[in-house]
Amino acid sequence: MTKVTMTVNGKSVSGAVEGRTLLSDFIREGLRLTGTHVGCDTSQCGACVVHVDGKAVKSCTMLAAEAEGAEIKTIEGMANPDGSLSVIQQAFQDHHGLQCGFCTPGMVMSAAALLAENPSPTESEIRKYLEGNICRCTGYHNIIKAIMAASGQSVADVAAE
Amino acid sequence: MPKDHGIGASTKRREDVRFLTGTGNYTDDINLAGQAYVHFLRSDVAHGRIKRLDTSVAADMPGVVQIFNGADFEGVGGIPCGWQVTDRHGNPMQEPAHPVLAQGKVRHVGDAIAAVVAESAAQARNAAEAIELEIEDLPAVVDMAAALADDAPKVHDDLDSNLCYDWTFGSDDDAIKAAFDAADHVTTLDLVNQRLVANPMEPRVAVGDFNRASGESTLYTTSQNPHVIRLLMGAFVLGIPEHKLRVIAPDVGGGFGSKIFHYAEEAFCTFAAKALKRPVKWTASRSEAFVTDAHGRDHVTTIELALDADNNFTGLRTRTMANMGAYLSTFAPSVPTYLHGTLMAGNYKTPAIQVNVKAVFTTTVPVDAYRGAGRPEATYQLERVIDKAARERGLDPVALRRQNFISEFPYETPVAVAYDTGDYTATMDKLLEMVDRDGFEARAAESAKAGKLRGFGVNCYIEACGIAPSALVGQLGARAGLYESATVRVNATGGLVVMTGSHSHGQGHETAFPQVIAEMIGIDADMVEIVHGDTANTPMGMGTYGSRSLAVGGSAMVRATEKIIAKAKKIAAHLLEASEGDIDLKDGQFSVAGTDKSVAWGDVTLAAYVPHNYPIEEIEPGLEETAFYDPSNFTYPAGAYACEVEVDPETGRVEICSFAAADDFGNVVNPMIVDGQVHGGLAQGIGQALLEGAVYDADGQLLSASYMDYAMPRADDLPNFQVDHSCQTPCTHNPLGVKGCGEAGAIGSPPSVVNAVVDALQRGGHDVTHIDMPLSPGRVWQAING
Repeated sequence: MTKVTMTVNGKSVSGAVEGRTLLSDFIREGLRLTGTHVGCDTSQCGACVVHVDGKAVKSCTMLAAEAEGAEIKTIEGMANPDGSLSVIQQAFQDHHGLQCGFCTPGMVMSAAALLAENPSPTESEIRKYLEGNICRCTGYHNIIKAIMAASGQSVADVAAE
Repeated sequence: MPKDHGIGASTKRREDVRFLTGTGNYTDDINLAGQAYVHFLRSDVAHGRIKRLDTSVAADMPGVVQIFNGADFEGVGGIPCGWQVTDRHGNPMQEPAHPVLAQGKVRHVGDAIAAVVAESAAQARNAAEAIELEIEDLPAVVDMAAALADDAPKVHDDLDSNLCYDWTFGSDDDAIKAAFDAADHVTTLDLVNQRLVANPMEPRVAVGDFNRASGESTLYTTSQNPHVIRLLMGAFVLGIPEHKLRVIAPDVGGGFGSKIFHYAEEAFCTFAAKALKRPVKWTASRSEAFVTDAHGRDHVTTIELALDADNNFTGLRTRTMANMGAYLSTFAPSVPTYLHGTLMAGNYKTPAIQVNVKAVFTTTVPVDAYRGAGRPEATYQLERVIDKAARERGLDPVALRRQNFISEFPYETPVAVAYDTGDYTATMDKLLEMVDRDGFEARAAESAKAGKLRGFGVNCYIEACGIAPSALVGQLGARAGLYESATVRVNATGGLVVMTGSHSHGQGHETAFPQVIAEMIGIDADMVEIVHGDTANTPMGMGTYGSRSLAVGGSAMVRATEKIIAKAKKIAAHLLEASEGDIDLKDGQFSVAGTDKSVAWGDVTLAAYVPHNYPIEEIEPGLEETAFYDPSNFTYPAGAYACEVEVDPETGRVEICSFAAADDFGNVVNPMIVDGQVHGGLAQGIGQALLEGAVYDADGQLLSASYMDYAMPRADDLPNFQVDHSCQTPCTHNPLGVKGCGEAGAIGSPPSVVNAVVDALQRGGHDVTHIDMPLSPGRVWQAING
């Protein structure tokens, strides 16, 4: 067992992990931050996306030991300081960008990373960026709408109904 | 009452806040003190006899608590099947045993052989790898036609053959022969409705617990219907009476049918927790989900459509082989029969229809209901053969459909169901408004300039939702009732709790159900809380599938609320010193007709629990009512869908340019949620048409057993959808007039995609009349290039 220390959602945490412990397992089992979900075992679904030093990372592809000293942000750290939903979270609710909620944490974390690097993405850019996040409920339509809205763009073109 | 949260309002979902902040409570988020973890040793061959199973080395591995195998379950029941199909001679289907852990033989890759319980998941996995196992390979049985050959190896040695049942339904032989003998034209189509995997994003999880003080077992599980699991597992597998068994399905991350069924892992965890006197947890990996979650579809069909000289449909005959897989999953036998054969009339007044289905055992994962369940298979073959007929007769596919629409209701089909209401012309008109068909040629010319072939496809669909009534489904072989339940508890200060037997795993019950109550009483929807998913605090209900929650569960809630209002009016009449018949309830106020006397909802509810001034001799205190609602018929949502595609003839790649859906769901409670349900259904239907397929090789290995190999639709595979549900013919037999919307998109979309691709290829001069799904670039390219 190795001791790891990292900052998670602004708080310094540490724990003992095996060499093979995945970051996703450390977050879920070690820190009991169960908002980060695991939906596959081949790093395809993206339900486990968190931010590591500001970058979107599938936490099932990274060992906990590799995150030593890193700054981690999970879905639990995404709301505003007063507990209200952040702009992206609120847009997902406003535009019905989630149904069962299982892929949602990864979607929100990916969307936040996208908007950090591209504040005004086109619909096509959003669809391409989300290639690594699978949603089985929404058909993506309303997720695209939510991300467009969160970036301050009109959703009229997406609102095809 | 504010109109932003009653019936018809797109109220934002209250459940979203917990899902968006990581505070949902999914089954894998549940960890009980002292829990152990189970890892299943699963068969890596499709068919074989267990010759040796030695767990002695594994048992000494670090952390191992106990290792179980088939012998430990010899006195225990097998996993039961919930529907018995009988053939037309009255013979019941062949029903094999389905042990919790394999006994003697393994019958599909993924069949569980042994279960290692250990202190950690990693230790359980390590020990499972140390189990010494010898399996004598037996020939795999994968192809259905081969499985039915006289000399085929048998999946179940004690059955006569691999035939589960041979079921014929609808018009009699003479009527169908007469229709085809008299036909001016017969269109025939052979097609495959390929095997799919439901793939909810949350893999299945089970946590068993046992309370030594009370002797009560508790199972936390990823289920769409906790009461059904309690009954099946308690009564048929483990012999635990309901009052000693609690099943909890907390937040569930999608189901799409695959979480209806009772699975062996649920029984194992409950059994092992009791045996070991400590909680036992199992979490499926995605790879495990692919080989253990029941699959969907997998039909091979020949369909024939007879037309007269005026192009009226005069006869329809369809023969299907339906794959059951290795064992009968909970509702598997009903899917190719009563959820498929009964829908073969579609939206058309074909007078003679006969359906034959042979259900077949193979050494593959069991197949059961997946979003739509039988209805997509019916819709696909019907709407494909109509399109082929239109092409053969040189007719406009829209006109041919319109000409044959059922236009008078109620309508009794030749396949046993009676449509209560509908307007298929209206949804087709609406669809054509949405798609700009007139502009197609110009768009096709643009595509041609870029070297692409553009095509337009259309189809209609009808589905039967809210499966019911119980007495009828009982006659058809269901071993369950199909009512739904609700208890409405009004608290002293006026807030309500609705305990529903249905279950929400993405459908938004927690938001939509209160909208109905808010409308009925005239109070704020925030005063209503929905409780679901726990057998300890909800009345016996059948759960959520078949687009039944609002149509059946919502109706139960309405009935219970009507009882509440009737009693509250009695109390109000007493308080207002008026006659009960003169009391009106509006906007949360009880008033006496023709006077200015009124009393508020909260005053009446308080009186019910503080009955100082109360008609105690006439009615009891308290305000809590339960209703069980058993519908008198199915509901019949219907619609018309259109798809426009561009095919790249160089690569065979299909791009969906637009997709439009015009649905008739009857009345709609929350349009935003309904739109979302349709979007999701369309994605799964388009996924089936273009991308998805579970592929077995001849040895029974599932080649598509991960997201690296099974093509889940991703954001850049799909278009934006145009959806409309403004055509509304309310259901005539439930109190809300609702029909259900959860499956429509998945049922209605595959045929128009395929119709559009065939149209594109034909316009490009390629003599292609059919391509089996998924229309992957390789298949389309091969079709183009012969």
